[in-house]
Amino acid sequence: MSVVLIKDVTKRFGETTALQGIDLVVEPGEFVSLIGPSGCGKSTLLRIIGDLIQPTTGTATVNGKTARQARMDRDYGIVFQDAVLYDWRTVVKNIALPLELASWDRRRRAAKVKEMLELVELTGFENHYPWQLSGGMQQRVSIARALSFDPALLLMDEPFGALDEMTRERLNMELLQIWQASGSTVVFVTHSIAEAVFLSTRVVVMSPRPGRISNMISIDLPQPRTATTREDAHFFELVTEVREALHLGHDLERAPA
Amino acid sequence: MLVLAALWGLWEGYRWLWMREAWTWPFRVDSTSMPHLHSIFGALWSSARPGGVGPRLITILFHAALFTAKEAAVGFALGAVLGFVLGALLAHFQILARGFLPWVVASQTVPILVVAPMVVVWLNPKLPGRFQDWGAVAVIAAYLTFFPVTINTIRGLRSADRRALELMRSYAAGNWRILWKLRFPAALPYIFAALKISATASVVGAIIGELPSSIQDGLGGQIINYSQYYTTQPTGLWATNVVAAALGITFFLAVLITEKLVVRRAPENVA
Repeated sequence: MSVVLIKDVTKRFGETTALQGIDLVVEPGEFVSLIGPSGCGKSTLLRIIGDLIQPTTGTATVNGKTARQARMDRDYGIVFQDAVLYDWRTVVKNIALPLELASWDRRRRAAKVKEMLELVELTGFENHYPWQLSGGMQQRVSIARALSFDPALLLMDEPFGALDEMTRERLNMELLQIWQASGSTVVFVTHSIAEAVFLSTRVVVMSPRPGRISNMISIDLPQPRTATTREDAHFFELVTEVREALHLGHDLERAPA
Repeated sequence: MLVLAALWGLWEGYRWLWMREAWTWPFRVDSTSMPHLHSIFGALWSSARPGGVGPRLITILFHAALFTAKEAAVGFALGAVLGFVLGALLAHFQILARGFLPWVVASQTVPILVVAPMVVVWLNPKLPGRFQDWGAVAVIAAYLTFFPVTINTIRGLRSADRRALELMRSYAAGNWRILWKLRFPAALPYIFAALKISATASVVGAIIGELPSSIQDGLGGQIINYSQYYTTQPTGLWATNVVAAALGITFFLAVLITEKLVVRRAPENVA
């Protein structure tokens, strides 16, 4: 059963068409990146999958259920560009928030949070408040929070967009390790071609006005990916392929219909 | 400390200059209109009645302040709870806010001196013995307290980050959960900003409330009393003012300390 099944989805905001004729299938265990210029609707598509907004026409099915039912069943973990941590909660309590809402008891919560802290390498920062952490650490807390309740599907909206290059590459590696360890499915929105190629099993190229899928590129780089993957000749070929696909989408937009 | 010294210097300097030059604008300065500060504080420690008999003035004023503090504290608690509940309702139901908010604002434009006697007339006959008289004053204090709390509760509850709300949705949280786990904590700095205003307002409300209800036990009663004797004993009224101000500051500090204990935020985010 596919994790995500998007069928002929259109989304209009007033006069503007943000998404048109979107069809997308994501299989279990995939890491799919949505890439495209600003205004191509990639974040909108992510929000439709997560039932944060509803499509104007068409359907979004997640794990064989409506997107809404999947949300009610807590099938999603969401990570935004900003960590969106709760200022009044410590690291531990931030990570435990979804567990509290899912009515886990105290002991089970504590054990899970401990496991999560180890996963994102934040042991020792349990009782820090968000404003006492660096941007990269805040984003790790946010990832730990999203993963804490073992969601089947991880939705990430430019999670590393606000971080410096060094931190971004390190978190890319950590994310891949987490993804492989947890076996979850990821839908990932990004602006960065290199990031998309490095992380994904498949890159979905989108183009704007109206937002639509213009290309899909399978990333057949070997797993697990390492620091040397970024220096692989095939990595560069794929980066070029995605770049050209993006430009093609751009030219499509300019050409008279 | 420095500020206190500067204020003292300002008072005494003004007094000295105006008396030396015999300026009469905006008013004539003498020992009646502006007593020496040391004689005001001295009056606190001497006997209240001329001739040196009876208890010290500070003892009398301290008991009066305690009485007023009781009214103000009950009024403050009443007003804060009422203000919060009203604010939460108005924040949740947009329609209510549109219809109700102008009336809430209007309620504050009615002079408290007009409202106070009516509250006393309405409530006093109904109040059980324990709350006789001062209960009505507490309600008047609450009347001044609730308004800033309501306004800031509405703002605060709506201040939650849009993405934080989306996260809550993704955790399948219901409205109550969202209110208690997100909106309310996000509103706390706003609410405390309002409580600081209300803390001093509740003391003012209690003092004003005492005037029309002819309560003699509080600071309001003392103020009436000493304004009558102002020409012969001006230090009495000034000393009462000092104690009233001290009571207001105490209330303010109590809220401030509570805020420090309750609200854990980045230093720059604390209102």
